Amino acid sequence: MAKLLSYNIVRFIALVILQVFLFKNIGYYNLATPFPYILIILLLPVGIPNFILYFLAFVTGITIDAFYDTLGVNAAACVALAWGRIMFLRITLQTDHYENYMTPSWGTVPFRWYFLYVFVLTLFHHAVLFMMETFTFHQFHYTIIRILLSCIFTVITILLFSLLFYRKKQR
Amino acid sequence: MKNLWILINKYNAFFLFVGFFGFAFYLVIRNNTFQRASAVNSSNHFIGATYAKINAWKSYLNLSQENALLAEENAMLRKQLQYFIAPDSVESDLVIDSARDVQYHYIVAKVTNNSIHQKNNYITLDKGKKHGIQKGMGVISASGIVGIVLNVSDHFSTVQSLLHSESRISASLEDSQAFGSLVWGDSYDARMATLKDIPNHVKVRKGESVYTSGFSLFPPGIPVGKVIETGNSGGDSFLNIKIELSTQFHNLQQVYIVEDLFAEEKADLEAQNDDNG
Repeated sequence: MAKLLSYNIVRFIALVILQVFLFKNIGYYNLATPFPYILIILLLPVGIPNFILYFLAFVTGITIDAFYDTLGVNAAACVALAWGRIMFLRITLQTDHYENYMTPSWGTVPFRWYFLYVFVLTLFHHAVLFMMETFTFHQFHYTIIRILLSCIFTVITILLFSLLFYRKKQR
Repeated sequence: MKNLWILINKYNAFFLFVGFFGFAFYLVIRNNTFQRASAVNSSNHFIGATYAKINAWKSYLNLSQENALLAEENAMLRKQLQYFIAPDSVESDLVIDSARDVQYHYIVAKVTNNSIHQKNNYITLDKGKKHGIQKGMGVISASGIVGIVLNVSDHFSTVQSLLHSESRISASLEDSQAFGSLVWGDSYDARMATLKDIPNHVKVRKGESVYTSGFSLFPPGIPVGKVIETGNSGGDSFLNIKIELSTQFHNLQQVYIVEDLFAEEKADLEAQNDDNG
C-alpha cells in the first residue's frame, strides 16, 4: 500500500515537471500539443474511491493550469476524464477487479484493453479541454482537428512512456 | 429524504462529477473575466521563481549559439576595422553607349552572405551607402541577374535575391520579344523559375533564351536563363513557362550593382502620365 502511494506521488511529480517544462514547448504549430500528464489519472489504482479520484483529478488539473495560465480549463478536463474513467471501468471490468488496488498499466492488463482505455479517455479529455479553451463554436472544424491531432500525439507519447516502464506482472 | 440519499450514493460518480466540473467551470468563467487577478498564475511567486531557475539552466544550452554569434560579430568588427586601416578604393566600370549618354554605371561588390534554401532568400554585399549604393538598384552577376538592393547601411547592403517569393522581374523571350514577369515564388529549386504573363498565342521554343526586357531596373539584354518547359496549358490565356536560371546562386562570389543614371528622370516622366489621366 505504501509502495502504491509512493509510486503515484513520484509519478505525479515527474509527469507534472515533464508536462510544464518539456511538453509545453513541443507541438506541431498550434494543431497538435501533447498532454501526457493525464497518465497520472489513468494509472491511479482501479479500486480508488470516487471522491478521492475526483479530488486527485481536480488537483492535477489545477496544478497544470497554474503553469499554463489557464485557470480551470485543465481542471475541468481532468474531472471529466475521471468521470469517463469511472464509466469505462464500470463497463469493461468485472466487479472482482475492484477488490484489489490494481494499477491499470500495460504489464497488468492486456494491450488491447489498455490501448482502448488510453485512446478513448484521451479523446474525451482532449475534447473537453479544447472546447473549454476555445469556448466558442466558431471555426468548429479547426477545434476538431486540434482535438484529433493532439489526441494522436498524446496517445503515442503515453504508449512510449508505458513501453519505457513496461513490467510484466503475474496475474 | 432517505431515498434521495440512497439515490445520490448510488450514482455518486455522476453527482461528484457535476460538483467538481461545476467548480472547475466556475473557475474558467471567472478567470476569463479577471484573468490577471487570479491568484494562481505565472506572476505567483513560487512559479515565477521556478521559471527563473529553469531559464537559468536553459541559457547554458544556448551557449554555443551565443558563442557563434559573438564570433560572427567579431569578424564583422574586424572587417570594419580594415576599412580604417587600409583605405578602400571602389572598383567601378562605365559602359559607354556612344549614341546616348552613359546610362548604366556598374559597381563591383563581393558577396559576404548568401542563402538559397529559404523561401525568401537574401544576399549581403560588402558595398554600402559610402560607395554609392542606393535602395532599389538592380544586382547582376557575370552569368545573369541576381536581385534588387533592399536595404543599405554605410558599408553593406542586403539584396532581395531573385529567389524570393515576392521578387518580380520583367523579362522577354529571345525570338518573339514578348515580355512577362519572372517569378520564383512557386519553385523551391534555386535553379528554376517561372516566366508568367506571356500571352497564349506566343510561340515558345524549348531551349530559347530569356533576357531582361529593360523595363525594370536592369539593362536590356542581360541573360536570365533558358526555357525548359513551354507550359502550354489549354484554357488559360497566359503561359507559365519554366525557366532554368543561368545565374549560379549557390556559388555567387562577385556581383555588379547596376546604377541606372536615368532612373529618376524616367520615373518622373512616367509619373506625369498618371497626372494627365
